[in-house]
Amino acid sequence: MSTTDLNAPSIALAGARQGASRPEATQQPEWHNLRAPDARTTMTAAVTVPPGRRELRIFFSNPNALFGVTFLSTIVLIAIFAPLISPGDPLGMVATPFLWPGQDWAYPLGTDAMGRDVLSGIVHGSRISLFVGLAATALGLSVGVVVGAVAGYFGGWVDDVLVRIIEIFQTLPNFVLLVVLVAIAQPSALTVTVAISIVSWPMVARLTRAEFRAIRATDYVMAARSLGFSRARIIFSEILPNALPPLIVTASVMFASAILMESALSFMGLGDPNVVSWGSMIGTGRELIRTAWYLTLLPGLAIVFTVLALNLIGDGLNDALNPRFSEERS
Amino acid sequence: MSSLPRIARALRRTLLQAIPTVIGIVILNFFLLQLAPGDAADVMAGEAGSATEETMAAMRERFGLNLPMLDQLLTYLNNLAHFSLGFSPRYSMPVADLIGQRLPGTLTLMAMALAIAILIGLTLGSIMAAFAGRLPDRLISIFSLLFYSVPGFWIGLMLIVLFSVTLGWLPSGGNGTIGADLSGWAGIVDKARYMVLPATSLALFYVAIYARLTRAAMLEVRNQDFVRTAYAKGLSPAVVTVRHILRNALIPITTMAGMHVGGMLGGAVVVETVYSWPGLGRLAFEAVMGRDYTVLLGILLLSSLLVILANAVVDIVQTWLDPRIGEL
Repeated sequence: MSTTDLNAPSIALAGARQGASRPEATQQPEWHNLRAPDARTTMTAAVTVPPGRRELRIFFSNPNALFGVTFLSTIVLIAIFAPLISPGDPLGMVATPFLWPGQDWAYPLGTDAMGRDVLSGIVHGSRISLFVGLAATALGLSVGVVVGAVAGYFGGWVDDVLVRIIEIFQTLPNFVLLVVLVAIAQPSALTVTVAISIVSWPMVARLTRAEFRAIRATDYVMAARSLGFSRARIIFSEILPNALPPLIVTASVMFASAILMESALSFMGLGDPNVVSWGSMIGTGRELIRTAWYLTLLPGLAIVFTVLALNLIGDGLNDALNPRFSEERS
Repeated sequence: MSSLPRIARALRRTLLQAIPTVIGIVILNFFLLQLAPGDAADVMAGEAGSATEETMAAMRERFGLNLPMLDQLLTYLNNLAHFSLGFSPRYSMPVADLIGQRLPGTLTLMAMALAIAILIGLTLGSIMAAFAGRLPDRLISIFSLLFYSVPGFWIGLMLIVLFSVTLGWLPSGGNGTIGADLSGWAGIVDKARYMVLPATSLALFYVAIYARLTRAAMLEVRNQDFVRTAYAKGLSPAVVTVRHILRNALIPITTMAGMHVGGMLGGAVVVETVYSWPGLGRLAFEAVMGRDYTVLLGILLLSSLLVILANAVVDIVQTWLDPRIGEL
């Protein structure tokens, strides 16, 4: 799916460049056909393709994506201002245990078995989920893009070796490897983040490699090479911008799955023990599932809606960046 | 049948490609084992509550923990060559036996979950493709996105609340009624009752993927010439959908299903802890809690082999589905 999808935007962009260079040529009077326009001068004039205006418009006219953006921004604000919204330690005992939601409006979502405020836990729990999700995505994405770019651009034995490594990591079952890594490295926010990025980079690397292989063969990369551009310039300013659309979509999906992985780890007791997280709240709440199931339900809803928001954003981005797909949809 | 040699070729190619991967995984496994803090002797001494230097040294001697790293790697490889994954000091039985006990449980759970996911996914996807762009399509697409966003362990717990605690229809954990010596049909029904909830929790995430995949694949296939030809021949829409569209749409789905075996194993780890299902996942969890790294890495190694096996099976299924694959 990825290689064929990828061709579409890159061809569109190449077309846009040609279109932009044409008025330049026609401005010169009658005998413009005597001398071909100098590639260097036309290129600098043609690069001003308005970046992503159309894509942004499509993205923001999608109600699902808008809902996702709104919800995610709310969660981000809650995470940033958590100490202001519910001051005090979320792990501190504040009231009688087992208050049901709505029973005491000082604690609207109730209290758990130790009398800790559930709302405060959810508010503070958003911080670790978002932090781990964001950091792991950034790390995994960077490693994956670099490895994939090197493998896809250079080919040859470098490619062979990197593909083998990617394959090894993709064969190891992700979550089992994650559990092993965190168990060995001792759970903390840092090790969980690094471990999640270790299991998620191969997917990015594979995608980037496929994109780079496809784009490397296009005419404009050939042109850049014949103009003597450096490898770094070709990789970062010619190929990478055109490989970005699928990577952006992947990033939102990675963010969502990183949050899911973090919550599953802390549910199993492999999260950072010093921080309250949605997963660990479910993990402690599950012991009381028969009597106080709201302790499991509420943090779970927080996870579901955050992940759903990210997936909606990912879908919206996909529709906006891969026009071929959105035609099928509407 | 001319498809047999093609299938044999596909199988040989897959197995040859798997060899370097297996070697890489084995070596990675060994180094992870070395990185693990403390060794089995530490854990056992800690559990016993007291141990002298001498008993620790004796234990290390016995498990070969005091040898240089290269010797340990050679011992490890030698053991693997004899299908031995090492010895679990904690359970005091060979890791291979331990895993062998738990493997069938996980495999049945995964097979059931995969069957549920593919069956429901194909159905939903076909409905979505048939009503593309209209209300049923949009509704199912939102629901499938919701399934895609739900953590397996949480939906597992919620299903327990609904079906075991509130309604009392299904058991909340375990893999069979204890003490009830059922056989024949009654035994199967009993097992199935225990399996419904865990398999559903595990399957839900994949239902979403297969539904969307089926939809996209069917939309793509149905505009192709051979489908028009099939209609022109006068075949009924049902026959065209099942034999021509669905069969071609199955190719991306089988690819994904093969890739999901690893993910499902991971999901099984979590779901099994929720339902106290006696499988590999539960064993992995216990191994984490007991810091029994030999068992943990044995599971990692074995589940990787399972993934490779699954990929080989997918290759074969695809060669069978699409005669073009495997032609030289």
